[in-house]
Parts: sequence; C-alpha cells; structure tokens
Amino acid sequence: MLKVENLKVNYGGIEAVKGISFEVPKGEIVTLIGANGAGKSTTLRTITGLVRAREGSISLEGEVITGLDTPAIIGRGITLVPEGRRVFPDLTVLENMKIGAYLRNDSLEDDIAHCYELFPRLKERSWQMAGTLSGGEQQMLAVARALMSKPKLIMMDEPSLGLAPLIVKGIFDIIREINKSGVTVLLIEQNANMALQIADRAYVMETGRITMSGTGAELLANEDVRAAYLGKGK
Amino acid sequence: MNTTLFLQQCLTGISLGGAYALIAIGYTLVYGILRLINFAHGDIFMMAGYFMIFAMAVFPWYVSIPIVLIATVILGVLIERTAYKPLRSAPRMSVMISAIGVSYLLQNLATYLFTALPKGYPEIPILKKIYNFGGISASLVTFLTPVITIVLVFLLLQLIGHTKVGMAMRAVSKDYETAQLMGIRIDRTISFTFAVGSLLAGVGSILYFTDRMTVFPFSGSLPGLKCFVAAVIGGIGSIPGAVVGGFILGIGETVLVAMGYSTFSDAFTFILLIIMLLIRPTGIFGEKVTDKV
Ligand SMILES: Nc1ncnc2c1ncn2[C@@H]1O[C@H](COP(=O)(O)OP(=O)(O)OP(=O)(O)O)[C@@H](O)[C@H]1O
Ligand SMILES: [Mg+2]
Repeated sequence: MLKVENLKVNYGGIEAVKGISFEVPKGEIVTLIGANGAGKSTTLRTITGLVRAREGSISLEGEVITGLDTPAIIGRGITLVPEGRRVFPDLTVLENMKIGAYLRNDSLEDDIAHCYELFPRLKERSWQMAGTLSGGEQQMLAVARALMSKPKLIMMDEPSLGLAPLIVKGIFDIIREINKSGVTVLLIEQNANMALQIADRAYVMETGRITMSGTGAELLANEDVRAAYLGKGK
Repeated sequence: MNTTLFLQQCLTGISLGGAYALIAIGYTLVYGILRLINFAHGDIFMMAGYFMIFAMAVFPWYVSIPIVLIATVILGVLIERTAYKPLRSAPRMSVMISAIGVSYLLQNLATYLFTALPKGYPEIPILKKIYNFGGISASLVTFLTPVITIVLVFLLLQLIGHTKVGMAMRAVSKDYETAQLMGIRIDRTISFTFAVGSLLAGVGSILYFTDRMTVFPFSGSLPGLKCFVAAVIGGIGSIPGAVVGGFILGIGETVLVAMGYSTFSDAFTFILLIIMLLIRPTGIFGEKVTDKV
C-alpha cells in the first residue's frame, strides 16, 4: 500500500532522516520503533507532506505522492493522528469528528455512530469543548477524528503517550479492531513491547536510519531489541 | 436637551456605531486567523467609497451596490494574495510592516488616481429620504444601518458557527498544521476570511459615506483606526466584541458631539482605548492571550 524509498529529510543543515526505505503492505499493522529523536515523527510528517523530502520517493498504491500538498495527500486516503493529539480545543467533540471528515460530502451518521461505539466516552461528551477533555479522552478523539476521513491508511504517532496502562491497553485493542475493519496501520510507539505484539511487521529506527526489520515476533525475540527498547538485559 | 433630541442623537450614535461595527469585524476576523492587524483595512473601506462614486456614474444604485461589494471583495483578496500570502512563514512583524505598506500604497494610489480633493459621494435617493418615527426624524440610512448590521452579524455568526467553511476558519485560526491534516486548504480559508471582512467593509462604506457625503484618499485612516480600537476594546478576535466596541465608540462619539464637545470626539476613542488597555487588556470579550507561534 505505502512504499517509502531512500527517503532523506533535512531541517536546515541537519539531516533528520538519512535515506530510509520501508513498506506498509495492505491490511497489515506496521510499527516503527526507535529512541527519541530517531526521526520517526519526521518520517510520518514527510509522508503527509507537512515536511518536504529532500530525496527519495513515497508512493501510495503505486502512485507517487511525494511533492503533493497535504490536503491532496489526505484526499488520497492517508490520515495521521499527530504526536501530542492536536485536537481543536475550542471545537466541540462532535465538531472535531466532523472536521475529520472535511473532505467527504456523503452522510457521516454511520461513521459517527461507529466512532461512538469504539469510544463510548466521546458520545457522553459530544458537546464538550475538546480542550477540556482529559488527555486520554483527547487521544481517543484524535483517533476518532482520523477515522472519520475513512482512511485506507491510518498513521499514529505515539498514541499511548502519557496514558494510564489500562487506557493504553484499550488503545491497542482499538488499533487491532481498526485494522480488522480493513484499515492499514502504520504505528509509531515508544511502548515497543505492546507495539511489537500487535505488529505484523516492524522496523527499528536509529538516528535517521533503519537498522533492523522483521516481523513483530522476530523483533520481540531479538536480543538487541530486547536490550535497547524493552529494558531487558541480555 | 429634550427627550426627542436626545433620542435623535442616540439614533445617530447607534447608526454610526453600526457602520463602525461592520468595519471592526474585518479587523477581528483577520486577526483571528492570521494574528495580523490588517492596517490596510481602513483603506479598503476608503477605496470602496471611490468604487461607489465610479459605479454610480454609470449604473443605477441597485446595480452599483453589488458592483461595489464585488470590487471591494476582490481588492481585499488581492491584497491578501500579493502582500500577505508570500510572507506566510515570515515573522509576524514582517507581515505587519507589509500591511502598513499596503495602507500607504492605497492612500497614495488614490491620491494619484483621484487627486486629494474630496469627491462628492453619490446620493442614493431612497437612503436619503427622511422618515419620521414617533417624533424622531432621520434619513432612512440612519434607521437602516443598525438593522443591517445586526442582520449581517447574525448571518456571520451562523456562517462561522454552523457551516463547514466556518468550522474550517475556526480550525485554521488555532492550528495551521492540523487543519491541513484534515484536508483544509489554509490559503483558501484565509482568502475567504478576507473576502468576508472586505464585504462587510464594503457595506459599512456605503452606509458611512452616504451620511458623510464626501470621500478623499485619507477617508479611511481615522475611521479605520477607530474601528481597530473598537475591535481591541471588544476583545480582538471576538466578533461580538467588535460589534459592541463599534457601538460604544459610535454612541460615545455622538453623545460628546451633542454635548458640545465635538473637539474631543476623536480623542474619546483613544482615551477609551488607554483605559481599556489599563484595566482589561484583553478587551470586553477577549479570551486569555494565546500567543501563536
Ligand atoms: N522543525 C524542526 N527543525 C529542526 N530540527 C527538527 C525539527 N523537527 C525535528 N527536528 C530534529 O529532527 C530529529 C528527528 O526528530 P523527530 O521528531 O522525527 O524524532 P522522533 O523519532 O519522533 O522522536 P520522539 O520519539 O522523541 O518523538 C531530532 O533530532 C529533532 O531535533
Ligand atoms: Mg516523535
């Protein structure tokens, strides 16, 4: 579905992504793990066109999307749950969900109902200003908002950040559920353990490069990964 | 001062306030979305005055009014596209300076094209017709201005609160990046905002100049400045704030003139501004200052 080839991204003189290639096959959950500052968010932001690639190509279902502007890329069926949630604080919960479907012109009823099913809390709070939601609720809203665009590919940048363990588990269950409903998932996580458990395929990123890849289970069993990202000594 | 005269003055004040409110909204809308004080707004209003003079020279008033409004909208959007859009990622101060530049440009362009001599503003006969309501007599435009203002503000609030493009405007005003991630085109939304602001300035210009009767290249400066103050007093960024601010200034100014202090009527605006900035810098309806980076 998504293919990234030899992607390089610069911020001024600093090379944040130094030529990475990876693939996200249709229907799978792919995860990108790595330490702080490895370039994970930069990669996702480049895929959505918020940041320009210096070199390399990104293609979605065989069509090159590098160079398109963000709204055009979103229109092709990619969506991003950004780092730090970024819900619109002075729009209501319902408005935030509706704005997620900004490019759609069909009826939203079913999708809103579906999101409320996934996140019953949002239903109770549909008239509340999003800025007054708790962190976990904002994260749920950010995911719901992304789903409202009916994406083919949903990318999530650290959805479990700052959430209580129980909620984290809930979020991962929902990621699985979203995937089962036919949406391809590209997931960035600090919580490598959980991410590798649900991932079909995983990549490890270190200072702008992909250093390891394999199935989720393979990386979970890998000694180096265990030492570096799972906090388990050799 | 007897009651009738008092009511008469009130009406004049409310009417002036209505025109101020319509212009003040333009400042507040643009500030809300770009965090920019559009110094050229008063001059767009002045240009709308000239547009009317030229339109009325050829067409009847009912054709001229739409022409003027369309021309004003085009001017506003054109200014945004040429003077502000290229500076989207520049420091805010650069955009501000660009706005001041556009303001001078328009004033000088008007002087060059139309000379500095005041030109007579065409009379729209039905607007100038005198009506009598319970002892108060005034021209139709005086009665009509507050009504038009209220109707337009109501429509604007509906637009912003309950339509897709309104939702996009609110989203863009908070977070450019995330708005783009929703598929919103920032530039289009900003142009639309300028179009709405200019449209209201166009309406305000017709109502204001019909009362004043002349237009000259600096006609926009003082009203522009006053309406900016109105927006600040109301709480810049807030539409109800701009409306309330506009009415406060219009009524206050007229009352001072009626009491014989017409020399101070302009100073009143700025004294009010200073007092407001001292006791409540965010204005009447202002939210906490959320500085945008
Ligand atoms: N706007 C920017 N300007 C300059 N440098 C940047 C910018 N954004 C990110 N960087 C740098 O690029 C590198 C990669 O950042 P990125 O946000 O992609 O890391 P990350 O892998 O998402 O890290 P984290 O896990 O902490 O979120 C970092 O060194 C960061 O300092
Ligand atoms: Mg990151």
